Amino acid sequence: MFTSNPFAELSASIPPAVMQTYVVIMIVLVAAGTLFDIVHKGSAKYFFENWRKSKSKGAKEVGGGELMSIAVQTAVVDVLASGEFCNQRRRIAHLLTMYGFVLHVVATAVMVFGYPTTATPTPGIWSALWWIGGLLVCAGGYWFWFFIRVDVAAEGHSPFRVMHADLFILSLLASVTLGLIWAIAGGGLGVLFALYIVATTVLFGSVPWSKFAHMFFKPAAAFEKRVSKANGTAENLPTLTRDDPEQQKRHSMELLQDAPMDMGLGIKREAPRHY
Amino acid sequence: MPTFVYMTRCDGCGHCVDICPSDIMHIDKTYRRAYNIEPNMCWECYSCVKACPQHAIDVRGYADFAPLGHSVRVHRDEEKGTIAWKIKFRNGTEKSFLSPITTKPWGTAIPKLADVPGPSKEMRDGQLLYNEPKWIRMDDGGLHTLQSAGLKMKKGVYY
Repeated sequence: MFTSNPFAELSASIPPAVMQTYVVIMIVLVAAGTLFDIVHKGSAKYFFENWRKSKSKGAKEVGGGELMSIAVQTAVVDVLASGEFCNQRRRIAHLLTMYGFVLHVVATAVMVFGYPTTATPTPGIWSALWWIGGLLVCAGGYWFWFFIRVDVAAEGHSPFRVMHADLFILSLLASVTLGLIWAIAGGGLGVLFALYIVATTVLFGSVPWSKFAHMFFKPAAAFEKRVSKANGTAENLPTLTRDDPEQQKRHSMELLQDAPMDMGLGIKREAPRHY
Repeated sequence: MPTFVYMTRCDGCGHCVDICPSDIMHIDKTYRRAYNIEPNMCWECYSCVKACPQHAIDVRGYADFAPLGHSVRVHRDEEKGTIAWKIKFRNGTEKSFLSPITTKPWGTAIPKLADVPGPSKEMRDGQLLYNEPKWIRMDDGGLHTLQSAGLKMKKGVYY
């Protein structure tokens, strides 16, 4: 099961060209939806205005080399390792879902375009990646949906209370879960395949109404945050810290003269679930 | 001066929802980011601003006394046991403050009140509050003043 290509088996009923056209349409929908989202919400305009403002107020100029190093840090820490999350459970769930989704989508595209029929045998690795990716999405996604989602964890609502913000996660989970169930049930045409296609079309077609586009604007926001720290504006946030020997001489720091530098966690010792 | 949320900074962790004493910080139904559902019921306690790990919450001053261009931002650093403020005036003047919020590691100095024996009738009828005079140290050489602690009052505000 884990080494078979469900799309090659499907080619007996649907010509590979149709499947490939469907994948291309989905890619176009994501690109067009993201562009529409950027224009509609004005997020690119906001980003560049904020960028200009921060640059003009900055205490020091950030050079090209430093910008490059910040871009690499953003890519490695904030994008590849989901470093922005302060809650480790959310971070792990996000990493599982993100890498699972990437593996699943890439494996789907490779199988549909590279090995569309049973005449071209699919290397086991691509089928295995399709399964592993799908299972990772389910592990991270359902964990998030039932236990970590802020509506459930911080607001105390039922996990089954559905709203607009759930469009992305629900269509993602529906698409992947139905895809896996369809493959387990033997693939081919049928009700499961129809549901799988509907859920996948909703996932990629609903970009302007869902938070799908966060994968594009979140890295931009993380980059901007790092640049504002480097150029000294730090978004007007205080920059004084107790580590600084100069600050330790302050009268207000007298009470902390003998205190350890790491005081542990205060309110953050407990998860925010006191609803 | 109600709070507002920078949507690009918020990651929807729920700390502000949890801590708001007015219960007006909630999660947006479209974007799953925090927002202030009822700004005129915000009593500007800054609890959410200090609790936000992403510094995604800011406070908007009323235009009549805090004109555009000002900024009051805070960083509550639990691990270092300090709170830092940066006040920026409209004319560009900046003031920075750093103060302790605890003097001992968190959770290590919680009084075990359950183990304390109840007050006697004389204590109940007396004028002194719980742990007085011990904690104001009146029994330990009189009132503690700046002078007795070897400190001097300087003119003006100093930090």
